[in-house]
Amino acid sequence: MSPLYSIIHRDFTLAMRQKADIFQPLTFFALVITLFPIAVGPAPETLQKIGPGVIWVAAILSALLGMERLFRDDFNDGVLEQMQLSKLSLSWIMFAKVLTHWLVSIVPLIFISPLLALFLNLTMPMYWALLATLLLGTPILSLLGAIAVALTVGLQKGGILLSLIIIPVFIPLLIFATSAVDTAMFGLNYLPQLAIIAAMLCIAMALTPIAMSYAIRVSHQ
Amino acid sequence: MFVWLHPYAKTERAYALCNTLMPYFLSAAILGLSVGLVWGMLFAPADYQQGDSFRIIYIHVPSAILSMGTYVAMAIAGLVGLVWQWKTAYMSMIAMAPVGALMCFISLFTGAAWGKPMWGTWWIWDARLTSQLILLFLYLGVMALYYAFNDRQQAGKAAAIIALIGVINIPIIHYSVEWWNTLHQGSTITKIGKPSIAPSMKWPLLVSIAGFMGLIGTLTLMQLKNVIIERELHRPWVKQLLSERETK
Amino acid sequence: MAFDSFADFIAMGGYGFFVWLSYGVSFLSIVLYITYIKRQKRQLTQHVVAEQAREARIAAAKQSQEK
Repeated sequence: MSPLYSIIHRDFTLAMRQKADIFQPLTFFALVITLFPIAVGPAPETLQKIGPGVIWVAAILSALLGMERLFRDDFNDGVLEQMQLSKLSLSWIMFAKVLTHWLVSIVPLIFISPLLALFLNLTMPMYWALLATLLLGTPILSLLGAIAVALTVGLQKGGILLSLIIIPVFIPLLIFATSAVDTAMFGLNYLPQLAIIAAMLCIAMALTPIAMSYAIRVSHQ
Repeated sequence: MFVWLHPYAKTERAYALCNTLMPYFLSAAILGLSVGLVWGMLFAPADYQQGDSFRIIYIHVPSAILSMGTYVAMAIAGLVGLVWQWKTAYMSMIAMAPVGALMCFISLFTGAAWGKPMWGTWWIWDARLTSQLILLFLYLGVMALYYAFNDRQQAGKAAAIIALIGVINIPIIHYSVEWWNTLHQGSTITKIGKPSIAPSMKWPLLVSIAGFMGLIGTLTLMQLKNVIIERELHRPWVKQLLSERETK
Repeated sequence: MAFDSFADFIAMGGYGFFVWLSYGVSFLSIVLYITYIKRQKRQLTQHVVAEQAREARIAAAKQSQEK
């Protein structure tokens, strides 16, 4: 376990030294959400209706924005290549890197979500549902997105391409997450949706590291 | 088991195979489409509910079904490429992508043109339309990723991975979108869309589906020939082939 | 025959515009795609022919220098 811990520790330290990388997606997230009341009007009922969807779309966009940096520096300076040569399984290494990235750049989004829920006039039950879907759903964003990042890391213009290839894959997650919050709005039981998201997370955790490590090998050719 | 397939991992043999198969697909396309469409347009009876507008079905349904089928075929080609490391498998994968995207576009457009008189609107966020639109984006993603790489072998591997992720996701997307739509509004529309179809309308539909299969096969082979030539531009056999074609 | 006259066939029971629009656009897009493939092939051929002519010129020039 200790080599993995050292990878997590290293990535964490590096991220803490580059605070801009944490704050940019965070500010972007808040900004996108601020745009919506301005664009569609400040009526509380409207905002409550579109709120869950807006927060989730903004979360997807800002996660993608931050994700571009996930492997880039390590790829460019050759650290990833060295990691491939180590005895440790590359899938585990990738998993550790994605986990760190999730902790560093997505968890802050979840931390400020109460404030944004307040902005969008979400009720308390809606907020709890939103929090649960974000906690279970954003790791799926990171895991699936990391495959696309691993594929595009060697390319010069990775940014838009990354979104283009991975956003369609996020659609089921978006549907279940927003419907959980919608269900909570009516005070109904939203556990089925959460269970589906949790199942997606389990499958993603089991399978995506393999795809990621393959993808990074392709990028290194 | 796959020994008979191995020679086609060589591009030259694959190119020759394209030429051999082409007439069969082309005749299936011409025969199927002309019989199916003429039968459907002229001889099938008008629908009792939708009148003659239902005749769009003879291009809408084949293109919709086969755009999904083409995606699966594309992903299988990608998987074959990843497992056995054949470059011809990647080539056929990327040759299928634009054809599938074209079919997707046709099914979306004809769906819109059918929806306007029936539902009174060009576009509706109906489950099937939505998943078809997402399918189009998946195709575009595969092509965008492939052509972003300079190295074609690397491009093939990367695009194959994305195609496989997409194919795992297609059923999930399909069912989640269907569920999403039924949650938001009653599916009054889709019920008109899938009545039990009368045999006099079904047979021309089946024939034109066969015709579309031939068409997709023909277009894929044509595209595949170009992909092979582009990839092997500096091989002697390609040079010879093309210069002979020019002098003719 | 589901139609009595040619005009009936064109009118498609009042849905003529939509039916012919979808048939027309489908046909057109397939034809455009085929033209695109053909043009791609012609460009590749021209590229190879030009390349070969260039090689031939280089070889000829080398021979004349040697003489």
